[in-house]
Amino acid sequence: MTGSAPILEMKDISKTFPGVKALTNVSLTVYPGEIHALMGENGAGKSTLMKILSGAYQADPGGEIRINGEHVTIDGPLTARHRGISIIYQELSLAPNLTVAENMLLGREHKSGPMVDRRSMEKASQAILERLGVHFRATTKVSELSMAERQLVEIARALIADSRILVMDEPTTSLSSRETEALFKLIRQLRGEGLAIIYISHRMAEIYELAERVSVLRDGSYVGTLVGDEISAERLVQMMVGRDLSSFYKKDHDAHQSRGPVMFAVRNMGDGVRVHDCSFELHEGEVLGIAGLVGAGRTELARLIYGADPRTSGEVFLLGKHLSIHKPEDAIDAGVVYLTEDRKHLGLFLDLTVRENVNVSVLGRDARMGGVLNMKAAKRRAAEAIRALGIRVAADVVPVGSLSGGNQQKVLLSRLLETKPKVLILDEPTRGVDIGAKSEIYRLIDSLARNGVGVIVISSELPEVVGICDRVLVMREGRLEGEVGGAGHPPVTQENIITIATGVREAAE
Amino acid sequence: MTSPNETSAGMQTTGAKGVDSASQSLQRRLAWRSTLQAIGMLPVLIILGIVFELMSGRFLSFQNLSIVMQQASINTVLAAGMTFVILTGGIDLSVGSILAASAMVAILASLIPEWGMLGIPAALLMGLGLGLVNGVLIAFAKLPPFIVTLGSLTAVRGFARLLGGDTTQFNPQLPFAFIGNGTLFGLPWLVWIAFAVVIISWFILRRTVLGVHIYAVGGNPDAARLTGIKVWAVLLFVYAFSGLAAGLGGVMSAARLFAANGLQLGQSYELDAIAAVILGGTSFVGGIGSIWGTLIGALIIAILSNGLILVGVSDIWQFIIKGLVIIGAVALDRYRLKGSART
Repeated sequence: MTGSAPILEMKDISKTFPGVKALTNVSLTVYPGEIHALMGENGAGKSTLMKILSGAYQADPGGEIRINGEHVTIDGPLTARHRGISIIYQELSLAPNLTVAENMLLGREHKSGPMVDRRSMEKASQAILERLGVHFRATTKVSELSMAERQLVEIARALIADSRILVMDEPTTSLSSRETEALFKLIRQLRGEGLAIIYISHRMAEIYELAERVSVLRDGSYVGTLVGDEISAERLVQMMVGRDLSSFYKKDHDAHQSRGPVMFAVRNMGDGVRVHDCSFELHEGEVLGIAGLVGAGRTELARLIYGADPRTSGEVFLLGKHLSIHKPEDAIDAGVVYLTEDRKHLGLFLDLTVRENVNVSVLGRDARMGGVLNMKAAKRRAAEAIRALGIRVAADVVPVGSLSGGNQQKVLLSRLLETKPKVLILDEPTRGVDIGAKSEIYRLIDSLARNGVGVIVISSELPEVVGICDRVLVMREGRLEGEVGGAGHPPVTQENIITIATGVREAAE
Repeated sequence: MTSPNETSAGMQTTGAKGVDSASQSLQRRLAWRSTLQAIGMLPVLIILGIVFELMSGRFLSFQNLSIVMQQASINTVLAAGMTFVILTGGIDLSVGSILAASAMVAILASLIPEWGMLGIPAALLMGLGLGLVNGVLIAFAKLPPFIVTLGSLTAVRGFARLLGGDTTQFNPQLPFAFIGNGTLFGLPWLVWIAFAVVIISWFILRRTVLGVHIYAVGGNPDAARLTGIKVWAVLLFVYAFSGLAAGLGGVMSAARLFAANGLQLGQSYELDAIAAVILGGTSFVGGIGSIWGTLIGALIIAILSNGLILVGVSDIWQFIIKGLVIIGAVALDRYRLKGSART
């Protein structure tokens, strides 16, 4: 591998936006047939570097891009495609109303005379799909495909354009572990075919599994590259944040031995479709995980408890008292709050300011004369939240949409905390969040639990579940299938959770 | 949202240290930007005024400006209500018809001997009631606002004709005629009323919990529900408020004309109100906008009508020019705010 010539060399790439230097003399060398991970906190410059590679941005003069040793100027997305570069973005860019073949050849339709040659397009697309070993056909409408399958269409689109360099930006964010496994297999196959893959991810486990080399950016500068055995979580974290995070997961492992009495109980919760007969108890000061594959019904269960969706059965008790929760405001009033997994669409008001987003749930409580805004209280709460959660923002009057993922998540969290909840249900609390914010969120969860708040964490990241939860319930096909970590149950390990979640066999007693 | 990640990243790196000095200048910049956004169309307003003054020589007199404001007043009141509705991502096509029905009620009630002033509350209640009907259908039956108010546009028009026996109803001894024709401190009552409605609207939108909730529902209705905001209450309020504003518009019309006609009064007023809101920079998908923008938008429409008459442009061309100015002004605005606005 090191013997072959690099397929891509980026040298001394800088990029200045008005008032901000986003990249400073960054270099990156990628070889054919390798998976090269690119890491860094949000805002470190990964996306900018990749946008320069794809022609979306122009680098400042002085830098150089070579492909197969040849100096190239990438002045637009078309040039990039011509040079064999394809990028698969986090937010997929497919037209759901078109077929797979139409999407794969969008802008490069096959023609016979002035007419679109559908047959030829479908044949060419189908050949690629078969090479990838996927189950759907080129004539399928994209709207009928799952997120994982759509990702495969994106990859197929890159292949049909004969790309040699494939950039994947957080490709597993919305995939279950089984789908992720299938994707990895495919990525390895592409590597075998000699493609160079630049893989951007926050997930340490994926980097271990896939990458031969990892390059790290921090604050727009190149920090270094680790190869093979040098790759370790400690070193990567250190390179990314520039400081040591020895206690990344903040769990107090003795917590569940000394946990408080049962404070919150859910009985026979179900919606008749995706959630069936779920019952569990939560102790005071406990961090309870709910694990399971994507589609197992975890989010649906949380939404039923919170009153966001109608239920067909089920009761909720808090401190022995039966709660009648029919809509989210009932739950909030009772002290049960829910952090959505989809903060952009279901959580934040992106056009409103940080101050308004933090305060929106408690405006009524603070208001004077039955509804006049208490501007002083709002300002104070926002300032306290920014300080307490370390939200990095220049002023509380900026629209929350302009913040990075981690800071947006902290704003949303502080909105929940303003209501002084007794039970906190966190759905994928660290999704799309950089590693620094992640550890701060873990610390927050830990300190809330210490103060007697019951915390339920739904997460698809097993290391996270294992790292922060005292006890984990595992869901499969809408039912709570098993438990790890409690008395009389197997210990909290990734293996034990996966075993129950996949239904391979019942948890070993 | 649409600014590149790196800009926000740059903002955050200043976060840790030097927050205070950086944040103060940023706060000023943001305040300036939101002011700019609010006054967005003010330059267009001023340029139109100068152009008409140069062409006619009598546009910028106190008397004419007072007439312009008077002509803008009813549309301003309707557009204020419309601003609330559009901020939630909805639309109210029925305001012209509600205005007609309310004006009819105002005239009929004013004919009651000794109790003629009852015309005012009667009209307001009529507007509020009809707005509530819209609101109930939208908030509880969850029907699309366009369809509901398109239906009430037609149905309420018929109702207005029914009320008046399909004839014009007069009251030459109208007890509240001063509203339509009198002045207070040199300005017409109509102008004072419009200005009061704008101030009340501003207060609700910017100084009350309800106001924040209106922006929240318009910006992200799903998040609003999960946040515990009573979305139904917000929707009910905005359509009721729009109906009430139309009822007030009915009082103003009736007071000005001493009469009401169920068939003709308020025809296509909803379009002028929507145009004023959009000219004012309020996003059609909801969540972004201000009442000051709406006021400027309503004034632009009034200036166009008044100025084109002064200059002697024919009625047909007035329509064409008004339409083109609306499209052109909004296009200019979008171009200017490119990158920060999204509709």
